[in-house]
Amino acid sequence: MDAIVSIRNMTVDFDQGHRFVRALHGISLDVGRGEAVGIVGESGCGKSITWLAALGLLGKRARVGGRVMMGSKSLLELDENGLADIRGGKIAMIFQDPSSSLNPVHRIGRQLGEALRLHRGLRGSAAKAEAKRLLDRVGISNAAQRLNEYPHELSGGMNQRVMIAMALAGEPEVLIADEPTTALDVTIQAQILDLLRELSADNEMALVLISHDLGVVADMTERVAVMYCGRIIEQAATDTLFSRPVHPYTRGLIAALPDIVGPKRRLASIPGTVPPPDRLPPGCSFAPRCARADQACTDRQPELAGIGGDGHDVSCLHAAELATNAIREAASNEMERA
Amino acid sequence: MLRYTLLRIFRALITVTLIVSLAFVILRMSGDPAIIILGPEAPPEAYAAFRANWGLDQPIWIQYLKYFGAVSQGDLGNSMRDGRSALQVVGERVPLTLAITIPALLLKILIGLPAGICAALYRNTYIDRLIMTVSVMGFTVPSFVLGLVLALIFAVKLGWLPSGGSDTWQHAILPILTMGLIGAAVIARFTRSAMLEVLGQPYIRSASAKGLVWRDVVTSHALPNAAIPTLTIVGFMVGSLVAGAVVVESVFSWPGVGRLLVTAVANRDLAVVQVILLFIGFTMVFANLTVDLLYGWVDPRLRTKQLQAGS
Repeated sequence: MDAIVSIRNMTVDFDQGHRFVRALHGISLDVGRGEAVGIVGESGCGKSITWLAALGLLGKRARVGGRVMMGSKSLLELDENGLADIRGGKIAMIFQDPSSSLNPVHRIGRQLGEALRLHRGLRGSAAKAEAKRLLDRVGISNAAQRLNEYPHELSGGMNQRVMIAMALAGEPEVLIADEPTTALDVTIQAQILDLLRELSADNEMALVLISHDLGVVADMTERVAVMYCGRIIEQAATDTLFSRPVHPYTRGLIAALPDIVGPKRRLASIPGTVPPPDRLPPGCSFAPRCARADQACTDRQPELAGIGGDGHDVSCLHAAELATNAIREAASNEMERA
Repeated sequence: MLRYTLLRIFRALITVTLIVSLAFVILRMSGDPAIIILGPEAPPEAYAAFRANWGLDQPIWIQYLKYFGAVSQGDLGNSMRDGRSALQVVGERVPLTLAITIPALLLKILIGLPAGICAALYRNTYIDRLIMTVSVMGFTVPSFVLGLVLALIFAVKLGWLPSGGSDTWQHAILPILTMGLIGAAVIARFTRSAMLEVLGQPYIRSASAKGLVWRDVVTSHALPNAAIPTLTIVGFMVGSLVAGAVVVESVFSWPGVGRLLVTAVANRDLAVVQVILLFIGFTMVFANLTVDLLYGWVDPRLRTKQLQAGS
């Protein structure tokens, strides 16, 4: 698959006044045309930072390294105007808290109109008609009236629909959805996710779903990257990742999910806590919490490398051994079920 | 909205009533005007005549009712000094005070707003530190000290400007500068923190993510929101247009309301003091009312609340 956005060796360092703290340690990630990619990890692992950095949205205190290619354009080298064309035009983004992501003092119509003016050159009645069409498209009833309302007059779910409509306004090739349903009620969550799935299929728009919710990611995406402490530690096709997880961290995350069917059991949790970015342990960042860790793990930082030939990459010194176990386990689960 | 406005006005009237009453109580408690105006060595008959003349020999509650009745009919009494209507005595000083406080207010806004916005946009750079250092100085130095320092530099050392009086427009410059610089420091601090608060909000990031260049993000998304808290402090300054110049007028011998207040209090010229307090109360209350109504205009969230409160 040809990548539409390709991130290579991205690093992010934050200026803490007297020193730099590295938050992202060389991320490489491709997103194909129309592909749905999930990025999973605990909060603070760098999943949002990756995309904010790619779009130059981290502000002056962040130093971003590596490369982000979109077609022939190198995003990190663009000036402000160049980036402004990409933002919302080629890559749109929606965020966790829709109600505070919309400006409280401007009407919905004005905020939508802004995106239409920037990326489609629409103004006046043409912009208004298109804004109304977009609100209709994302399932907002009474679209014409809503255009004249303020964000606080709409529910959180409605505001997220407005954010999605605003993202669609620029007809982007990639939509980054950063925890799009975390702040919403469960019933609304499903509606928003269905909408995202439908829109990305209709518009051949790639979807990057950033989430800590494995269930959502399993349901929505074709490929998943798992992040821990500013690194991708495992990535694979979604089916593969959930049926044969290899990295002990991924396995821990999946084991921590409650089963919907089957006997009741205690949820397995991963011991310890995520170390802060300025106090990472030597070697593999996960080693202190890992049951499989040995001396080698604290001596050496493992590289993300392929196991098997199907694009399943794992960053673990014991990947080969764990992979064999995973296959055996998957097979025995299969047997049990049969 | 109408009911909300009426409610506000009703509350404002209560506030004014309280001001009128407090003015009465405090002034009656603070010494006998007869002794102060006639001097300590006047004959007892003179005191009695003075008291009878001004109604000071009657019980305090009758004085209060009479006073209150007169005030509510617009009769604010006469100055005990020269017998003229107190309203007239104060009224002729008001333009002089406004002549320095209004330009000072403009100066505060013209310097304070851009300085605060700049400091916030260039947060933690030398620009921010410079603006904030100057602002803290303006904030902490009392106005009489700054006034004296300015007079020392521009009047005494350089001889460019007069140090006191009100004969020419040049006399107004130092008082305006003194008040303007101090007020600008206050506005700059408020504006900076309001801007920083707004710039950290998620909608600023999403405005950038939508493809607006930074300048447009600031002008159409950050500034309108930062205006809301800044309005409070500017409104307060509008409220003190009449009263805010007491110290500066005294320092520069500017014959405005502030200086009249000082002399009237010293002389126990009750009617004049009462009129001034009423003026101050009215402008404060009116400014607050205006700010409350303006809030609804700049912040649609409050507008809805007002509608709900009003309906």
